[in-house]
Amino acid sequence: MSDEDVLSVLGENARYSVEDIARQLNLDAAEVEAAIDRLEDEGTIRGYRAIVDRRTLDDEPVRAVVELNVTLDRETSYDDIADRLARFPMVESLHLVSGDFDFMMQVEGDSMREVSQFISNKVAPVPEITQTVTHYVMDAYKEQGVVFGDGHDDDRLAVSP
Amino acid sequence: MKPADRVDRVPPSGIRRFFELAEERDDIISLGVGEPDFAAPWAAREAAITSLEAGRTSYTANRGRRDLRAAIARHVSRRYDLDYDPDEEILVTAGASEALDLAFRALVNPGDTVAIAQPCYVSYVPGTLFAGGEVCPVPTRQADDFKLTPDVLRESGADEADVLVLCYPNNPTGATMTADELEPVAAFAREHDLTVLSDEIYAALSYEHEHTSIATLPGMRERTVVFNGFSKAYAMTGLRLGYALAPPEATRAMNRIHQYTLLSAPTTAQYAALEALESCDDEVEAMCEQYNRRRNLVLSRFAEMGLECFRASGAFYAFPAVPGENAETFAEELLEETGVAAVPGDAFGAGGEGHLRVSYATGFDDLETALDRIEAFLDGGHNR
Repeated sequence: MSDEDVLSVLGENARYSVEDIARQLNLDAAEVEAAIDRLEDEGTIRGYRAIVDRRTLDDEPVRAVVELNVTLDRETSYDDIADRLARFPMVESLHLVSGDFDFMMQVEGDSMREVSQFISNKVAPVPEITQTVTHYVMDAYKEQGVVFGDGHDDDRLAVSP
Repeated sequence: MKPADRVDRVPPSGIRRFFELAEERDDIISLGVGEPDFAAPWAAREAAITSLEAGRTSYTANRGRRDLRAAIARHVSRRYDLDYDPDEEILVTAGASEALDLAFRALVNPGDTVAIAQPCYVSYVPGTLFAGGEVCPVPTRQADDFKLTPDVLRESGADEADVLVLCYPNNPTGATMTADELEPVAAFAREHDLTVLSDEIYAALSYEHEHTSIATLPGMRERTVVFNGFSKAYAMTGLRLGYALAPPEATRAMNRIHQYTLLSAPTTAQYAALEALESCDDEVEAMCEQYNRRRNLVLSRFAEMGLECFRASGAFYAFPAVPGENAETFAEELLEETGVAAVPGDAFGAGGEGHLRVSYATGFDDLETALDRIEAFLDGGHNR
């Protein structure tokens, strides 16, 4: 058994029971359980979350993708800046990227006002941050590999040779 | 108007009756479907759309587009060690089904005997009969994991036959055959000078060993027609595109009929197929991995619920033996009481009696629900 097999099945659906994963991979349930425990302990698996189509919620949260430019000095590294930003619960994700800006940060809040105030009060004043460009998310089409369409309905014949 | 005698000789498909039963309800979970539950890879669909936008709506060469035949030649050489000349030995058809029909009509003389390894896909017997051939059923056995053996060939009188039809990975059983297991069958074909029609439409879906084509065994290429296509591996059933690989004289003979009946296979589908060969290996691999996990799930659950089932190793079918004598009754009661549809093995010919074809070309959620219902059905008094 490889860790990749277990991760691939969990990546498809993290709610499969240990027994089910074992059946699918033709393994013992105990083996699968041990592998998952180990992957969690080693920090490879960091958590499990539902993929939510937020557009269906009564109070659809507001999301923004924020480009951040920073200047580094002898005492401050990318990691230091990232560490400060990542601690804010409103920051959903934070990546160091190549290209015209340094960090790409996803922020989620209850309202546009909340997100805007967070950027202007908490992010922009960080001394190393020289520029922020905020893009509010207007619609979602696909998240974590799941396409938010009407789905592929099964129009096959019920019985075929 | 009275239909011709050759039509009257052929009974309607045994699956038809079961299809009608299933159609009466709208709450069923079907494990009776003989095609993938995935849509064709997007790149292939997009290539079809692009070809339409560019106005590619004419006929192609009778044998199919040259670039597609060249791509098929590269693909089968790389994957299965099958080396065929795209100009002389490859014919692109409207599904492997058309290629099979062409082969029966082009290679079977009236009165010839066609030995057919069964249980099998529902077209081989009618194809033989439409061509005026006589059918010699060769029932494979659960004891042999539904593999074809020289013993059953001999017992069935296939040594007297002119043509042998086999299909591995198999629909409906899910059986596969390794090179070592195929060799005695090839020897039998050589010894009795049989033409071999090898339906390898499920070749990409072999889970426990690499697929071997019987045409790659010594002395077999010159007597074998290989059938494959895009329906199963690339989830392109509705695009109707397949192909035959055969020595030049057999390809010419099949093309003689094809040029008058079809002229050429659907052009749009040929563009999709070319793209599928060029860029969709990853999708095929991902689908294959899904089927394999479902296969493991189905076989484990059957073992846990005490349903006897050999270890199917290909296609997307399991073929459990059902309790009691009559699989048809079992399947009807299962459908009526639980809403789970699966086709009784009898519909696929000799050797299928007492079995059920369970297709796992169904998403995990439905598959798990169906398995739970089968388990409850067995526990509720249908386990003998």
